[in-house]
Amino acid sequence: MSGNIQLLSDTLAAAKAEGRSALIAYLPAGFPTVDGGIAAIKAVFEGGADVVEVGLPHSDPVLDGPVIQTADDIALRGGVKIADVMRTVREAFEATGKPVLVMTYWNPIDRYGVERFTAELAEAGGAGCILPDLPVQESALWREHAEKHGLGTVFVVAPSSKDARLAEITAAGSGFVYAASLMGVTGTRESVGAQAQDLVERTRATGSGLPVCVGLGVSNAEQAAEVAGFADGVIVGSAFVKRMLDAPDEAAGLDAVRELAGDLAKGVRRSA
Amino acid sequence: MSSEFFIPDPEGQVPSAEGYFGAYGGKFIPEALVAAVDEVAVEYDKAKADPEFARELDDLLVNYTGRPSALTEVPRFAEHAGGARVFLKREDLNHTGSHKINNVLGQALLTKRMGKTRVIAETGAGQHGVATATACALFGLDCTIYMGEIDTQRQALNVARMRMLGAEVVAVKSGSRTLKDAINEAFRDWVANVDRTHYLFGTVAGPHPFPAMVRDFHRVIGVEARRQLLERAGRLPDAAVACVGGGSNAIGLFHAFIPDASVRLIGCEPAGHGVETGEHAATLTAGEPGILHGSRSYVLQDEEGQITEPYSISAGLDYPGIGPEHSYLKDSGRGEYRAVTDDAAMQALRLLSRTEGIIPAIESAHALAGALEVGRELGKDGLIVVNLSGRGDKDMDTAARYFGLYDEGTDAEVAANAADTAEIEGDAK
Repeated sequence: MSGNIQLLSDTLAAAKAEGRSALIAYLPAGFPTVDGGIAAIKAVFEGGADVVEVGLPHSDPVLDGPVIQTADDIALRGGVKIADVMRTVREAFEATGKPVLVMTYWNPIDRYGVERFTAELAEAGGAGCILPDLPVQESALWREHAEKHGLGTVFVVAPSSKDARLAEITAAGSGFVYAASLMGVTGTRESVGAQAQDLVERTRATGSGLPVCVGLGVSNAEQAAEVAGFADGVIVGSAFVKRMLDAPDEAAGLDAVRELAGDLAKGVRRSA
Repeated sequence: MSSEFFIPDPEGQVPSAEGYFGAYGGKFIPEALVAAVDEVAVEYDKAKADPEFARELDDLLVNYTGRPSALTEVPRFAEHAGGARVFLKREDLNHTGSHKINNVLGQALLTKRMGKTRVIAETGAGQHGVATATACALFGLDCTIYMGEIDTQRQALNVARMRMLGAEVVAVKSGSRTLKDAINEAFRDWVANVDRTHYLFGTVAGPHPFPAMVRDFHRVIGVEARRQLLERAGRLPDAAVACVGGGSNAIGLFHAFIPDASVRLIGCEPAGHGVETGEHAATLTAGEPGILHGSRSYVLQDEEGQITEPYSISAGLDYPGIGPEHSYLKDSGRGEYRAVTDDAAMQALRLLSRTEGIIPAIESAHALAGALEVGRELGKDGLIVVNLSGRGDKDMDTAARYFGLYDEGTDAEVAANAADTAEIEGDAK
């Protein structure tokens, strides 16, 4: 079966038609357990997330801050495998009918085999991948297989990306563009950098028409509303993971992430 | 003008414009670093073409580092190497005590040219960290060194040296708490502070242009050794031997000999407790191609692409990756790579100390152990050059515990090691 890139695009278009930004949540697979991770994803969808990115934990997450590093570590110690990630995608999609992406580093996919990975992800109902250490000039092989299986390729752009490079990236990407709000790794921040709006505008100016969603540092409804004022989507990761880490037990963690998703969903609907 | 000590690879060789050595290399980096890494490549190309850069670097390499480094013949040590003649390229005599200073001074000059005021670096054994802290003191740059927590303990002397030189040393507590994790943390810092910060990468791995640039700064090792051997021995060596962690001292020695088809290029990887035990860092012997720290190369990993935790008694070789040019040399057959255990390296360390009065770093001792093997294979007509990449002062605590040199230190482990020692020494004679 073909992957759900169209569902992803339709979901983002529907949010736009409602005059709001989409809420995109990130949670790693296998954290705190495989089943617990699936329950957490269902909870953030129930709370109001439009899209979920499922993290495929990696031993060397160079772009992640301490919160996601800790979660990845717990997942890997628990023995999470790529088959578990596929099951997570499948159960989350089948339970909700909403778009589910995978976010990971390039080596696990390279090692597993690009064709095998894309075929399995499409079959599980996945919508595509975000691969933050696979820059556009190294991505031809990935994109060939992703397109074949109906999967999106979401590239990251950064405040340091020059305009010519933004054009190259948006031309190669699909689904949406992930605009990093600041120069740094994942993690919650007091404020979202002013550079984010500039980056969104420069990315839109490439004329690709891809939605531009902003991530890194967003952790509460106020920030979500602020970002929703200029972006097509708001991406929240570490704040969800931190709620799970801080919760006394799994049930409390599920309540906490559901509640946070609810707050953020309100935030993206009252753009500042 | 031509430079005497800054001798980049002549044009037309690998890597490609995209940074590929055959199937290996490339630039697998986050978008946030693309502009900075491109800037390093552009600035390095400009520097290569600028006689003033070569003049400045030459001046430092002669008057600060002390180049050219000596070539020392070690006949008493060579008696244990099947009677082959053995010469050591004495990078241990460079200022700061290892080959690392060659690359650090080059990149420190580049940092100034880029107008950056802060330098970060990773370090395993601490030799790259000490060299970097030294250059930052010399040039007035802010300096932060990332070092795995385990390494800060086993190389405590170098931590003190870096702090004496004014650097901030951050003990990295994530993952295996060794060199790999120090590099991860340095990358995280770089992404956040790239505007004013240069990541002074310490080996021939990482994204393009680092593998080629770091090699170029170390190329002087082999160029000098080749000239010195022709003068002293009247011929090229049969083998050039070096230890490989990331591979910088090895590529530095090997590179000038690549066109000399008769010279075998032999890299010695850390076999730790033995490759068959799984406790090793022998990347080319036991790894598979993959992506780690910005380039494609051999990597120690499981079947799902998770990097496995390496082990070596040597902090400087305790790394699950390898520079992409070594992967290229391995696949093409031009380079040969073999694995040397902790025990064999420690025996070689003691043997060189006692036969020649030279205490090598544990890293370099892996090359010495390899040279003993290669010498026996070549026989008495053999001629070997070994890169003595660093001195062993920093390793005295590890060595003292290993050999029971402290007054109170005679536990069971030391006794067991002593038994192994007798066996290995018996073989050597």
